[in-house]
Amino acid sequence: MTPKFARPLALSLGAAIAITAAWAAQAADKTILIGMQCDRTGATQVVGTKLCPGTHDLIDLINSQGGVDGWKIDAEEVDNAYQVPPAIEEYAHAKQEGAVGIMIYGTPQTGALNQRLEQDKMPGTSPGFGIAASAAGKYFPYLFPIAANYWSQGAAAVKFAKDQLGGSLQGKKIAYIFYDNPAGHEPLPVIQALAKTEGFELQTFAVPPPGVDVSSQTLAIAQQYRPDFVIDHTFGKAPALVIKGLKENGYSLNKVVALVWASGEADIMGAGGWGVAQGYNTMQFAGAGENYPVIKAIQAMYQKKGQSPPAAMQATVYYNRGVEQGAVWVEAIRNALKLSHGQKPTPSQVKAGFEMIRDYTLGGLMPPLTITAADHEGGGWVRIFRVTGEHLDPATPWFRAYRNMVVDKEDKTAEQVTAKSN
Amino acid sequence: MFHSETRIFKTSYAADMALFPLPIARWAMAGLAFVFVVVVPLVASPYLMTLLNLVLIAVVGAIGLDILVGYTGLISIGAGGFMSVGAYTAANLVVRLGLPFWVAIPAGGLMAALVGIVVGIPSLRIKGIYLAVATLASQFIIEWLINHVTWISGGIEASIQVPPPVVFGYKLVTPQQLYFFLLFFAVVAIVATLNLVRSRIGRAFIAIRDQDIAAEIIGINIFRYKLYAFAISSFYAGVTGVLYTYYLGIANYEQFGIDVSINYLAMIIIGGLGSVQGAVFGAAFITLLPEATRLFLTDFGGAVFSQDTIRQLVPNLTLILFGGLIIFFLIVEPEGLNRLWRNIRNYFRLWPFSY
Repeated sequence: MTPKFARPLALSLGAAIAITAAWAAQAADKTILIGMQCDRTGATQVVGTKLCPGTHDLIDLINSQGGVDGWKIDAEEVDNAYQVPPAIEEYAHAKQEGAVGIMIYGTPQTGALNQRLEQDKMPGTSPGFGIAASAAGKYFPYLFPIAANYWSQGAAAVKFAKDQLGGSLQGKKIAYIFYDNPAGHEPLPVIQALAKTEGFELQTFAVPPPGVDVSSQTLAIAQQYRPDFVIDHTFGKAPALVIKGLKENGYSLNKVVALVWASGEADIMGAGGWGVAQGYNTMQFAGAGENYPVIKAIQAMYQKKGQSPPAAMQATVYYNRGVEQGAVWVEAIRNALKLSHGQKPTPSQVKAGFEMIRDYTLGGLMPPLTITAADHEGGGWVRIFRVTGEHLDPATPWFRAYRNMVVDKEDKTAEQVTAKSN
Repeated sequence: MFHSETRIFKTSYAADMALFPLPIARWAMAGLAFVFVVVVPLVASPYLMTLLNLVLIAVVGAIGLDILVGYTGLISIGAGGFMSVGAYTAANLVVRLGLPFWVAIPAGGLMAALVGIVVGIPSLRIKGIYLAVATLASQFIIEWLINHVTWISGGIEASIQVPPPVVFGYKLVTPQQLYFFLLFFAVVAIVATLNLVRSRIGRAFIAIRDQDIAAEIIGINIFRYKLYAFAISSFYAGVTGVLYTYYLGIANYEQFGIDVSINYLAMIIIGGLGSVQGAVFGAAFITLLPEATRLFLTDFGGAVFSQDTIRQLVPNLTLILFGGLIIFFLIVEPEGLNRLWRNIRNYFRLWPFSY
């Protein structure tokens, strides 16, 4: 063999040996591994660059306090750039490494991994996205949305509008502006059903992908339709443009409520800053702002290390959702360790651990989350935070709305979807 | 050297065109078959099997696109759209009518071929970059239709869950079981294409690619053969979509977006246009590269960076490396991985008597 081929071959051989050695070394100490899919690149990087550090910081905080019953938690982060095949590869990798579960990232990825989770009896979380019907734990035993799904969000938005408009929606007009993809369509059936029972008129305004121009929709809402309330369910760049467009056309942002993915600080900044967005109502499944014990504890942890907290922390909405995701996993593992009597828990025990979570609030950052075998959504709680000055201030307590109707829909849809695939 | 090419003479056209031009090719093929059918399933972990399975699916799609782009010279950025046509056709047939996979897979392919023809008829009067834009439009039209027509998409998040394929009463669920399922279709795709391109139709494709006016003058009905190419290529794309649907247990058009179409184009360009082998190489390369770079960076980055920095860096470095390697290959070997492989092979063919 000539040197031309020999060198790269030797190098790659060396690399292969080193990788195997590194894998072997990881397994040795007392750690519990979670597979963590989190996209800092790709379509949702605005969310991921803030959310992923939040999850890590929470887990680092727990580990710095001695871990969970002496077990350290390791979240092995991987980035899919919002594509499906890497999500499958990395799930298989995490499973091989002995992960007790997986944090999923993205709706198509959740759909693609769902059947694998069930086969492998491996719990997975999809906070605020994924399959809405998977709240029904009976039909989706290993998938945990752990936060209000789009149906709960849609119902809560209608309830909020009702309260803001004096307790009745009879004869009122509501505009629903949404991103024209499956996730954007998702809350629609719930809102349409409520339009009938509550007696309001509903008009929809679709924003076609990639959602970089909403001028005609905002003009039509603010100048032609002139609704009493607007529900904004857009993603990506669109929310900032919706805020800006409605404001420019003279529509009061007090009468706009955004669902959870149109509710970040980045959307407010993109619209032109706090000053522009005054009064804008954002829906959250994890509290916004910094005034929570757990956030203070993370700041203290950084201070102790002599470092400044990460910049991502300033985007409190997504960062706090990352913290919430980490905290729910820690709690599930804590419960699982009770079941396993201090041994390393199996994925099934972690699944059971999720279903033992009761009224877990994390010092107010979270709603009173209660996950049961039947309800993997955790109650479907949300809270509205309003742009006031340079903060997101709570405008309501944690609440949920039209719960029976939403749960009924979850169960019926879940039964329908899963019956066909078995 | 363990084999010699002396005393091998070809005396007929048939021998010249044979699938195995040299006796050693038969042995090599038998060896490869042994490795992939016996050795790999015995040795590989479920994780490696998962990687291989994704490669096998990509192989079918890449070969299909290569028939259109590499052999016929028609650029298409709409492969993802045809994949979703196949995926939803099969999903609906399986869920609503309870049909087995051996009906659903060809049906998905045929429906995609039909849509391919519909798209092809107006599109094929134009060439080059114009055709590329027309196929891009087809991608968006198909996406829009699936998103808005609930009769196709099932109505719930535009996704339909499908049960795993059943072969002789066994449900295929583990990576190993699915491996054999996918391997079968990948092999069928490879063999069928190798035979297609040395047939009358395949030669017509190549003639059209090399010089369409000359092809027309020697009596090839350009429009018809272009349409054949479109239909066959779409058929492969449709089958890829069905295989994906079975593999993931769900049909969802968001998995077949424009980025997927471009990835498949990247596969055949990096592999080497106009060669089945190249498409296979490219499919493997593009599927495995992100995972390989990620593993490499997470395992070796620790020596240089802190854990926190790695988390920030790895996703972005993976993208940079991915783009960089594609540019590197295009500059160093524009004819792709296939050419690289042939260079190595030719070197050893004469070794040690290179001069």
